Amino acid sequence: MPITYTSNEQVEVYRFSIPVTIGIPLLALFVQAFLPLRFPRFAVYFDLPLLITIFFSMARRNPIAGLFTGAVIGLAQDMLGHNPIGIYGIAKTVVGYGASSLGVKLDVENAGARLLVTLGFYLVHSAVYFTVAHGLVNMTQTWSWSRGILAGLANAVLSVVLFFLLDKFKQRT
Amino acid sequence: MESVLGRYRNLVILVGVLFLQVLGLAMQVKRGGNANDAENTRLIRIWSVGAITPFERILVWAQNGSNDLWHNYVYLRGVRAENRQLKDQIEQMRLEQVRLAEDAAQARRLQTLLAFKEQFISRTVAAQVIGSSGSDLSRIVYIDKGEKAGIKRDMAVMTADGIVGKVLLVYSSVSQVLLISDQSSGVGALLEKTRLQGVLRGTANGEVVLERVMSDEQVPVGETVLTSGGDQIFPKGLPIGTVTKVGNGKDLFLNIKIKPAANLSKLEEVLVLVENKERQATAEDNVRVRAADILAQRLPSVPDKPAVDPNASAGTAGTPANPAVAKTAAKPAGTAATTAPAPKKPSTSSNVPSASAAGTGQSTKPADRTPTVPKNAGASGPVPAPKPDASETTPAGEQPKPAEPTTPTAPPANPKPPADQSSPQ
Repeated sequence: MPITYTSNEQVEVYRFSIPVTIGIPLLALFVQAFLPLRFPRFAVYFDLPLLITIFFSMARRNPIAGLFTGAVIGLAQDMLGHNPIGIYGIAKTVVGYGASSLGVKLDVENAGARLLVTLGFYLVHSAVYFTVAHGLVNMTQTWSWSRGILAGLANAVLSVVLFFLLDKFKQRT
Repeated sequence: MESVLGRYRNLVILVGVLFLQVLGLAMQVKRGGNANDAENTRLIRIWSVGAITPFERILVWAQNGSNDLWHNYVYLRGVRAENRQLKDQIEQMRLEQVRLAEDAAQARRLQTLLAFKEQFISRTVAAQVIGSSGSDLSRIVYIDKGEKAGIKRDMAVMTADGIVGKVLLVYSSVSQVLLISDQSSGVGALLEKTRLQGVLRGTANGEVVLERVMSDEQVPVGETVLTSGGDQIFPKGLPIGTVTKVGNGKDLFLNIKIKPAANLSKLEEVLVLVENKERQATAEDNVRVRAADILAQRLPSVPDKPAVDPNASAGTAGTPANPAVAKTAAKPAGTAATTAPAPKKPSTSSNVPSASAAGTGQSTKPADRTPTVPKNAGASGPVPAPKPDASETTPAGEQPKPAEPTTPTAPPANPKPPADQSSPQ
């Protein structure tokens, strides 16, 4: 059973130590910026900061914490590029809010649930990014469903492994 | 009201955070006038870059160190054979170099005639690529050299294969380079053979296309694309890439896809062009002085005219006003010597006019300075030439020797005209 509907009482809320809260997103940003130098297609298909946003938001199960997590990680990602700051910020804020809201309602601890949730949020993230970049900043963007789904699946598979590793840092409240 | 806010607290905060970010975006777009103007958000970017790049720098350094150790000290298989192969290659290249030097010399002479101003790369700084934006929507890389290394905004970045991009932002020890495959980049480009000019741009999916070439032009696939120099960033003639596909674009223009010569997806070391000088083309570097000319310069020649005695009567030998004498002097030196008196001062003249002087519009025609010597004096032997500065006429490493004020000897057998005269043929 990949997704189980649970009551608020049944859902476990986790927290993370400060070094993990700061260090893991920074590490994700660093890896995201460094790996494309060795594996050029990495940046095309993978978005590690997005996966970290989803993981932290779902684990904390607090929409406000989730949206701020997404906003901070997204803005930091914007700063590494040359496009106006805020495009990734807005997209990841929406994802952070959505992931934490979903975490409150659903038990997303197993691999199947994580796969589907990540795929869905990747598409949401891409859609929001496209809308903001195209509609607000007037950047030339092309939307491709095939590329979006392929990249979404790649991120979903990676998320299963990554979330399993990151589970080690969870602390029960 | 309070209950509504309390009930939808999360949603209200979400809307508030999104609104703030949209506001920030709007301010950036409006203030810059250009959506990609990163200069307006410089401080906040410095924090982010400052947090990430030290780790990248350390990792790149460690990776390079281990690579060097392995390849330079451990894994030396096939190095001997490669060395032999490279030596053969050097021999071939030397032959090629001789041919190219001839072509270059000729090109310089022609450029001189046209008063052509050429740009050349005078100083570059080598830099290591240490990071990227991590997004395929922002095609930039970070290099490990910044303001401290003399790097400034809009400097050209290239590799040995071709151009890479331009410096977009400069921090103290890191710079951000916008690749030519980014959709906000633009490079003046030129097709090598057809000489058609266009603008090179990146696309959203990372391809590089040449725009602004009319659809009625013929562009062959495989043609090399060079920089045109029109963007004032890249000097003219640097390789960009090759044409891979030509199709019809919009608005009567062709859609030409280019494969960049530099591998933009695997950049490791790059060169930043920190100094790009413009100079007038001169042929003096390439003017080869023949042995006959040097010989002619060293041999005693017809000396300069002595000072004219104002009291002397017209018709005296050496009088510049007398055209008949001038004609006589134009004869081969052996003949001229019979009419020209020996001078008192040594001659430092040469019969090789300075090419550089010609190129810069200075008059080097012998007749301008010594009316008695015709323009084609070199063809008839070592006759006295104008008295330009020694630096202009002396071949490299040769000091002019003063000619003996004695009766000149006969000219060398079968004298040839001076080599590489810069005057039009």
